[in-house]
Amino acid sequence: MNKRRIASGLQMLLSALVCILVGLVIGFLVLTVLSYTSLAAAGQPFTMGDVITQAYNSGFKQLLMGGFYLAPRAVRNEIALTAPLIMTGLSVGFAFKTGLFNIGAAGQYAVGAFGGLLFSLVFKLPWYLCLVGAALFGALWGAIPGIFKAYLNINEVITSIMFNWIGLYAVNTLTYMGGNSPMYNLKTTKTWPVAAVSPQSAIPDLGTTYFKKPATIAIFLAVAVALILYVVLNKTTFGYELKACGYSKTAAKYAGINEKRNIVLSMTISGALAGFGAGLYYLSGVAEWQPLVSTVLPGMGFDGISVALLASSNPLGIIFSALFISHISTGGGMMNAGMFPPEIADVISGVIIYLCAFMMLFRTALSKLFTRKKGKGGNE
Amino acid sequence: MNDYVIEMLNITKTFPGIKANDNITLQLRRGEIHALLGENGAGKSTLMSVLFGLYQPDEGVIKKDGKTVTINNPNDANDLHIGMVHQHFKLVEVFSVLDNIILGAEDTKAGFLKKKEARKKVMALSDKYGLKVDPDAIIEDISVGMQQRVEILKMLYRDNDILILDEPTAVLTPQEIDELMGIMREFAKEGKSILFITHKLNEIMAVADRCTVLRKGKYMGTVDIKDTTKEELSRMMVGRNVSFTVEKKDKLAKNVVLEVRNVTVPSKLHKHDAVRNVSFEVRAGEIVCLAGIEGNGQTEFVQALTGLEKMSDGRIKLSGRDITRASIRQRALAGVSHIPEDRHKHGLVLDYTLEENLVLQRYFEPKFQHGGFIDKKAVREYADKLIDEYDIRSGQGPVTMARSMSGGNQQKAIIGREIDRGTPLLIAVQPTRGLDVGAIEYIHKQLVRVRDAGCAVLLVSLELDEVMNVSDRILVMYEGELVGEFDPKYATVQELGLYMAGARRQSRFGGKEEEEYDDE
Repeated sequence: MNKRRIASGLQMLLSALVCILVGLVIGFLVLTVLSYTSLAAAGQPFTMGDVITQAYNSGFKQLLMGGFYLAPRAVRNEIALTAPLIMTGLSVGFAFKTGLFNIGAAGQYAVGAFGGLLFSLVFKLPWYLCLVGAALFGALWGAIPGIFKAYLNINEVITSIMFNWIGLYAVNTLTYMGGNSPMYNLKTTKTWPVAAVSPQSAIPDLGTTYFKKPATIAIFLAVAVALILYVVLNKTTFGYELKACGYSKTAAKYAGINEKRNIVLSMTISGALAGFGAGLYYLSGVAEWQPLVSTVLPGMGFDGISVALLASSNPLGIIFSALFISHISTGGGMMNAGMFPPEIADVISGVIIYLCAFMMLFRTALSKLFTRKKGKGGNE
Repeated sequence: MNDYVIEMLNITKTFPGIKANDNITLQLRRGEIHALLGENGAGKSTLMSVLFGLYQPDEGVIKKDGKTVTINNPNDANDLHIGMVHQHFKLVEVFSVLDNIILGAEDTKAGFLKKKEARKKVMALSDKYGLKVDPDAIIEDISVGMQQRVEILKMLYRDNDILILDEPTAVLTPQEIDELMGIMREFAKEGKSILFITHKLNEIMAVADRCTVLRKGKYMGTVDIKDTTKEELSRMMVGRNVSFTVEKKDKLAKNVVLEVRNVTVPSKLHKHDAVRNVSFEVRAGEIVCLAGIEGNGQTEFVQALTGLEKMSDGRIKLSGRDITRASIRQRALAGVSHIPEDRHKHGLVLDYTLEENLVLQRYFEPKFQHGGFIDKKAVREYADKLIDEYDIRSGQGPVTMARSMSGGNQQKAIIGREIDRGTPLLIAVQPTRGLDVGAIEYIHKQLVRVRDAGCAVLLVSLELDEVMNVSDRILVMYEGELVGEFDPKYATVQELGLYMAGARRQSRFGGKEEEEYDDE
């Protein structure tokens, strides 16, 4: 049994690595093209070697090194980004396991952020209660599409997309309130820094001076949650029921599993995970919410989809895929912005996700081609 | 040169890990009815897929009229005038009969369909062979028997003279089967060749000229029907002697276990009720069979009984306890075991392992979990026990994915799981559907065994042989209503057929016919 598990796990890991490699190669090609156009625009004579050297030195190197390009400060940023990304990845992955597509992680993340800020800036509660508050708010935002799905059979994708926007603008309104919100700092046009207003609400420091800047224990909390989820999904009756619903709703129903309740529960937990992720981010003091400029859904929610897909929704795999995605997006932000837009990192992760999805198609197509050829050969 | 229209010579087709066809030869004469017999997984479907160009053989050749041909896709097969009626009809449900027949072979004039000519041709064929159809009826509104006639007309419309019929009698009443066989003989007389895929030996003996038998992908031989017997055919097919009658003692019906009163279930497909005012009882120690043609409300009735669907009226009592409003889980715990009709849709979580599937109805019991954590060791031990007791065969034992198991073993897993719960009521819906003779024999034995142990068994079956052999009491359902009750000892298949087709109804069920059977 363990042997089989390990074998299939290895296979998944291998295919993920192949996807990553191909994604990086394509990313490098894009950088080369951009590098060529920028050199051509400069009007100086140049060789192909210059093009490639420039593509590597001002773009690809940063991408590969990620936060380590500007160690140690950027490493801290990368890790601070990873923690919430693990959570949104788990949020999407957990719903996947139950057969649901939670595209609403972004909205749940935003509402979770509000929960975290409310409990810290207004109620000034200790950090762990603030995290619980963030998770509760996210859970509420996940539960509603779940209830719609379970009892009215409305597709969760549609409702959660709508709830993304409802959530985002509700949070913007409530954190701003025409400048009168107790959370809003008129000077910085952001919410108040948590550590300054309510020190006990900030997530504890890691206690290392390596990063030259405070770094919190958020990443360890995220990893711990991933481990817990792994256990829940694989070792408990609850996980057994959820996965049964995900694999075959009809068989689960036949077995007397309350699939409606499980849909709601799954979406609730999924939302709680995204909300918890937002709590980890905003209570770590990495950034503040900006109600006036936050008109785009938090990318963290959508990156969670990539993270979950890359890891085939395996909670342990999600830790590493989140690390990888935040690594290249941190790197993308440090490329020479005059030549290369930081979205190159998104291009690469996009390519990788596509490859992951196509991997299975490739496999079946190849095996089909192979048998067909063989069949024709036999005819002669 | 010879009188074979189609020859498949030394066909071998290998899939990863399995030789589906191993050096198989099938020669079809002009104007003969040729039966292709084999258990599930014997390679019949693969062989037909090769003939239809869906697979390319690894070795071997196909000849038409003595000339070697290559068939790359179903269109090639059609060009060679080979037509097939699949077991599951390939009809567009919302199209009319006429549209379905011409679909894919439409004659057009300047891009417009020449429907008038097509209609004339279809009606001519329909008259000639007595294949009565209404060309303007919509497929979803007509009976299964008529749908089959549409499929046959489809082949005739395309001027096919090699007709393949895959399990054509599975959905028909005995009378309709007789009719179909008459039509088949008519075709043969005209020089058309018929390849008749089936596992029902009686039908082969009745209608076929010759029979080719496959076993586990291997060619066992071709025999003339007039020189052989049912027993010999079954020995060729299974490799051992098979008993056709189920041995059982007389029933010892005791207390009432299941009591159904005036159950009415709304239909999901149409405005009428799928089940209307059904009442009956099942006692401990008897097998009651609910017989009927597919789609006469049996499925809906069982779903209402097990709680999968809601009923609009009526009461259900189990061992005296009212379970009308109970949930699926509550019913299961109260003592209902259910071998579902669709083992892939309901019976198994295909992406779970065998052991995970074997505890599907009991994973929550204290024996298998402690504080919400599944006791994997207990699950494994239990799975090993069931695998051993019910002879469930699979590639990797308890950790085999259910999806990768054969149909017969999947069914054995479900049967083992449900029977082992030892509940007072067992509902078995078409438990032998699609299984080979050996597996059927085994499952019938199990049903009789639990009956003898005092379990009340409600068997829903479309196979009349099964109905006659296994049950202690037969209830016939027609259009959602019970129309007759019989003792298999005194009823005949022909008589049941009349009730199943709605031609008769006993007086106690609101009809004119005399009661032919009294419940003691």
